[in-house]
Amino acid sequence: MLDGVRVLELAACADAAPAAAYCARTLADLGADVIKIEPPEGDPLRGTPPFVDGVPGPDRGLTWIALNANKRGVVLDRSSRDGERRFRALVERSDAVITADPSLDRSRLEAWNERAIVSIVTPFGASGPLAAARASDLEVTAASGSLWLAGEPGEAPVRTTLPQAWSWTGMYAAAGTLLALLARERIGTGQTVDTSGQASMATVHPPACVFWDVMREEHVRLGAHLLGRSIVGARFRNVWPCADGHVAFAIQGGPIGRHTMRELVSWMRERGVVAPRLDAVDWDRFDNRTLTQDEVDALEAEVGTFLRTLTKREFFAGVVARNMLGYPASAAPDVYADEQLRAREFWQRVPVPAAGCELPFPGGFATFDGERPPIRRPPPRLGEHDAEIFAEIEARVR
Amino acid sequence: MSGRPLERVRVIEFGWAAAGPLIGKHLANAGAEVIHVESASTLDPFRSTYPPFKENVPGPDRAAMFAFYNDGKRGITLNLKHPRAAEVALRLIATADVVIESFPAGTLARRGLGVAAMRAAKPDLIVLSSCNQGQTGPHAQHPGYGSQLTALAGFTELLGEPERTPVILYGPYIDYIAVGYGVIAVLAALARRARTGEGCVIDLSQYEAGLQFMAPALLEYAASGTVPTRAGNRDLVAVPHGVYPAKGDDRWVALSVWDDEEWTRLRDAMGDPAWARDAALANASGRRGREAEIDACIAEWTRERTREEIVAALRARGLRTAAVEMVSELFDDPQLRHRGFWRRVPHPVLGEITAMSAPYVLSATPVRLERAGPVLGADNDYVYGTLLEISPSEYRSLEAEGLFA
Repeated sequence: MLDGVRVLELAACADAAPAAAYCARTLADLGADVIKIEPPEGDPLRGTPPFVDGVPGPDRGLTWIALNANKRGVVLDRSSRDGERRFRALVERSDAVITADPSLDRSRLEAWNERAIVSIVTPFGASGPLAAARASDLEVTAASGSLWLAGEPGEAPVRTTLPQAWSWTGMYAAAGTLLALLARERIGTGQTVDTSGQASMATVHPPACVFWDVMREEHVRLGAHLLGRSIVGARFRNVWPCADGHVAFAIQGGPIGRHTMRELVSWMRERGVVAPRLDAVDWDRFDNRTLTQDEVDALEAEVGTFLRTLTKREFFAGVVARNMLGYPASAAPDVYADEQLRAREFWQRVPVPAAGCELPFPGGFATFDGERPPIRRPPPRLGEHDAEIFAEIEARVR
Repeated sequence: MSGRPLERVRVIEFGWAAAGPLIGKHLANAGAEVIHVESASTLDPFRSTYPPFKENVPGPDRAAMFAFYNDGKRGITLNLKHPRAAEVALRLIATADVVIESFPAGTLARRGLGVAAMRAAKPDLIVLSSCNQGQTGPHAQHPGYGSQLTALAGFTELLGEPERTPVILYGPYIDYIAVGYGVIAVLAALARRARTGEGCVIDLSQYEAGLQFMAPALLEYAASGTVPTRAGNRDLVAVPHGVYPAKGDDRWVALSVWDDEEWTRLRDAMGDPAWARDAALANASGRRGREAEIDACIAEWTRERTREEIVAALRARGLRTAAVEMVSELFDDPQLRHRGFWRRVPHPVLGEITAMSAPYVLSATPVRLERAGPVLGADNDYVYGTLLEISPSEYRSLEAEGLFA
C-alpha cells in the first residue's frame, strides 16, 4: 500500500519510545521502507522484559520483537561527523521521520528536507503545560480517564497488565503521519505531526464523555459489571467464573438479547440444570432498564451456577453453535487455538534467528484486495543493515 | 497554500453505533465530505436506544450519542430494504471515493450493494468493511458485542487482581482500536490510489485489529510457554508502580519508579521517612520482594495530600506521576485544552455539544470540528437534489413510496 514511501525512525531514550516504534512498524507493515536508526549502544527498548525463555539479550525482548519486525536497522553515532553526514543523507531522502525524542531539532530537519514529515510522539504533547512532564503507560492511562473507569468500586483503579498506552499513541501517530503524507500532495511540503498519548487514550471511552457533557453524570468503575443498562441503578455482570477461567456474558432481553437468553435456558435444560427463575421469564417482555438489583441477583445466581460447569472451550462452542451473544475471556493459548483466526490465515510464522526461534506473529490488521500484508523480515540485529544502507546513501551522493 | 488533507474526498458511510461511524468522523474532521446513510425506520441504536437524550426525552434528533459519534458529517435517509434503494445508492457511490460499511458481513450484498456492484459503479472505489470477525471464516456470521469481543481477544484476562475475577474495560474497547486501524486503512488506500489509480477492497476484522495490541503477550506465550495474566498494577520493571489514595473521596494518584536513582528522589519527595531509609530497599530486587509493604507506606504519605500536591512534588523531581483524572475533569484538563482536544459544536436540537478532536495535531493542515452529527435526513435536499439531480416532483413520489424512510 505504501510502496516507495521512506520512513526513518529515530530510537531514543524517551518515555514514548514504544509509540514511535509502534507507529513505524504500522507503516512498515503497509509496505513503507522503514529504517530504524539506533545509537551505538542500541535502542533502549531492546532491554524491555519479558525475554524469550526468560533469558535477557538485546535481540530477545518480546516487546522489541513485536514492535520492530519489517524494519531495517542502522547504527549511527549522530555526535560524530560521519554519523551526522549519514543522518542528513537519510533525512534528505525520507518522506517521514518518526521520533519520541522531544528535544529533536525539528527546524534542522525541515531545513534539510522541507518535504519530510516530522512525526513526534510524547506522553502529553510536544507543546503545552505538560510538554516536559514524564509519564509511563500507567500515568498516561491515568491522565486519559481510562484508568478511572477500570477496577473494583472502592478499590484503586487498575490498568491492563500489558501496557496499552503506547499502542494507542503509535496507532494514531501512524494515522496522523498518513494524513500529512496526503496533505503534502496539496501543500507541497511536510509538516509536524504531534501525537499525544493522553489524547490517544482519551478516545477510548466516548460514552462516559457524552454522559458528563450532556447530563453532568460521572461514569465510574464497576468491576466486572456493565453500566448503563438500567434506569433504577441495577448492575449486570459481564464477566463470570467458569470451570477453567472466565467468560463474558450478560443477561439481556428485548430484540437484541432474547434469542441468547432462550438458548441459554434450553442449553441449561439439556444439561439438567434446574433454573426456575430463568424459566419463568418472558424474554420478549424482559426489560433490563426496570429490574431491581434483587431480581438481577436472583437471575444471575442461576446463570452463574451453570457457567461454572462449562470450560471456556465448551462455552465458546455453545455460543457459536446456538448463535448466542457471549465469548470466553481468552488467554494466549485460547487465542492461538481460535478456528476463525486460523481459517483467515491470520498467523504468520516468522523466523527470528537472532533470538534462536520462530514465532507465530499476529498477521496484518486487515486484508487489502484479499491479501494480508506480510511480515517480510524479523526485527534487525544491531547494525544489521549498516553496509547496505550506507551503500544506498553513497550511491545517491555520487 | 493550506487546507485540509482530505478536501475533495467524498466518503459514503453505511453503518451504525461506534465502530464504523467514528472512522468517518475522523475523515470528516480532516476535510472529507462524509455522507452518513441511514434508515429513518430502522434507527441507529445511538438514536433510539442509548441515552443520554436532550432533557431525558428519547427521540432520534435528541440523541447525544449519535451527535457525538458523527460530528462533521452530512446525513441522508435511505431505506435499504426498498427495491429502488440500491440503484439510488449506487448513483451516489459513483460520485464517491470511499465507502465505509460496518454492518454484519453480507448485509449490504443482500441489498444489492455488494462490492462488485459498487466497483462497477466506481471502478477506483475504496471500500472498507469493518465487522466483528471479518467477512470470511466460520465465525463471520456470529453476532457479538464489542465489550465481549474484547474478552475473546484476551484483554479481560489481563485486567484486575491476580486470582480474582477480572474486571472489564469500559465499553466496547476493541471497537475503538478498529476505529484507528480503519482510518489508517482508508488513508493508506488513498495514498496508493494517488500513486497507481487503483481502488481497494479492505476487510477489517475488529478482532484481528484488536489483537495487534496484544502482540507482546501472544509472542511471550509462543516463545516461552508462559501464559500472561493480570497482575493488578504491578510492572515487570518499575517498583514501586501503582495507584495510591489521595486526600478526598475516591481520589487517586499514579506513580512509578523505574530505577534506584528515582527511588532516592521519591524518598526525598516524601521527606525521607524512616521506613524508606532501609538499605534493603535501595535496589529494585530488594523492593520487589516487599511491594505490598512499600505500597502501604506510600499510601500513608499520599493519603494526607491532595492529588495536586503529590503530582507537583514528584514532577518537580522529574518523576513519572499523574492524577487519576475523572472523566469530568478531562474537559478542563489544561493540556488537552492547549491541544484544542474538545470543541463546542452546534446542533439544531441539542443546542451545543462537546466534540472530540483527533489525538494528532498537524501543524499546517489541522483538523476542524464544525458541527455535531446531522439530524435525520438533514442533507437529503443537497444529496438527492443537488448531487443526484432528482427533481422535486420525483423526490416527492419516491418519498411517498417509502424510499427515504
